[in-house]
Amino acid sequence: MTKKMLLYFPECETESPIVYHLVKDYNLMINIFRARVTPEEEGYLVLDVSGTEEDIRRGTDYLNSLNIQINDTDKGVKWDSKKCVHCGSCVPHCPTDALSIPDRKSMEIAFNTDECIECLSCIKVCPFEAVSSLF
Amino acid sequence: MKTIDQINEKISSGKAVVLTAEEIIDYVDKKGIEKAAKEVDVVTTATFGPMCSSGCFLNFGHSKPKMRITEAWLDDVSAYSGIAAVDLFLGATQLRANDPANLDYPGDFRFGGGHVMEKLVAGEEIQLFALSYGTDDYPRKELRTRFTLDDLNQATMVNPRNCYQNYNVAINISDKPIYTYLGYLKPHMKNCGYSSAGQLSPLLNDPYYRTIGVGTRVWLAGAQGHVYSEGTQHSPTCERGVLGVPSEGAGTLALTGDMKKMIPEFVRGVSLKGYGISLSVGIGIPIPILDEHMLKQTTIRDRQIMAQVIDYSTDYPERTGKVLGQVSYEELKSGSISLNGKKVEAGGLSSYGGARKIAGILKEEIRSGHFLLTAPIAPLPINQSMKPMKETRS
Repeated sequence: MTKKMLLYFPECETESPIVYHLVKDYNLMINIFRARVTPEEEGYLVLDVSGTEEDIRRGTDYLNSLNIQINDTDKGVKWDSKKCVHCGSCVPHCPTDALSIPDRKSMEIAFNTDECIECLSCIKVCPFEAVSSLF
Repeated sequence: MKTIDQINEKISSGKAVVLTAEEIIDYVDKKGIEKAAKEVDVVTTATFGPMCSSGCFLNFGHSKPKMRITEAWLDDVSAYSGIAAVDLFLGATQLRANDPANLDYPGDFRFGGGHVMEKLVAGEEIQLFALSYGTDDYPRKELRTRFTLDDLNQATMVNPRNCYQNYNVAINISDKPIYTYLGYLKPHMKNCGYSSAGQLSPLLNDPYYRTIGVGTRVWLAGAQGHVYSEGTQHSPTCERGVLGVPSEGAGTLALTGDMKKMIPEFVRGVSLKGYGISLSVGIGIPIPILDEHMLKQTTIRDRQIMAQVIDYSTDYPERTGKVLGQVSYEELKSGSISLNGKKVEAGGLSSYGGARKIAGILKEEIRSGHFLLTAPIAPLPINQSMKPMKETRS
């Protein structure tokens, strides 16, 4: 199975090579979408973790033991439905159709966070600041 | 044949039959023009897209001691004070002081006049900073205070140019990305940007300005405003297609309305990366169905409305007049167009969803007798072109 996770390092755990340990000790496949890890500051990491359910559980236990907060509902890119005016200028710039217009009659925007690879293209083109990055 | 007075009587008694410019298409297909023209009284049109030519006049009342303001900033955005002691004009495209603009290309243009207008209508607090040279009767020389919309005597929105009848489609044929007011355009015609509500757009449903003219009551972001003049760059002499609908910019309207009666959702500041600040204002305009001919005009649909594709890397800035092709709004709204056999992704800047919502709100306001129609007090010019700038050699 594959799980998308947003990891938050309250005080940076940059001392430990956590991706190495997740791969080597817990047999997990890691696909990093985006990261910001700076010494002595908070850090963020958005990644896909693939492996058996048991290995993913053990891996997340390991992350918890380092006081890393795991968020598997929120992602690093947020779409604010109240700020969005549904103009559609973001859609041609989204490479994975995470932002799309499912119904071409109503022309309203939908955001599927599971498809989002956090390329941040939408943030550059949105005239209404309806999309933002957590970090 | 119906008159506007007859239609207003029906509206006042809650009996008017009102449909949106989208609903009327299927309705006429089903019932036929003749029968539908007898039944339907009003068709509502709407648009909600960025339109730069906007601003507002604000009156603050007098400070104690009084001040004759000569320079002013609202949340650090410069406002024009050369009108009167405490009257200011704030322009939508004015950038906040000290913004680096395109020095760090492409600039973000996060905050400007359009955003101050958005904050005002949303009831948020804004800072006024003002300077003056001081006079005997207006001695104060400096002022810093905070206010909301409620604290002002008047806040009147003006849009010298709005409701562009149609608009071109921007594309980039060069080999580097460009930033335009129609969005970010990738090189080699990878994407294009457009901005119109198409079949819902007011002037596309009344292409020869028969019912929309000076004095027409409009729904301006929720307030009952008016058309006060032809809009700037009004140029109705142009190429026209099905039902006389223009395939170029063509007509425009100048609108005004009371900001105190506006709905925040429909007054939104716009930040266009690499370009600047603008404002999106929601507009609804009712069209009285006076006869079959007027009804026929409102049945225009996206596949019949054409727009010209123009290269914004060279042809647009250099004013060459070159048109790369024509596409319909049906194609644009599908998400991609075909241009000389090449598939080009299309993205809008005008909110069709927002326009639909406004057309629906206006429909309900008319149905419930809260919005009456007006006959124009003067028509808009029908034969007129736009002149380029006269440039003298020095």
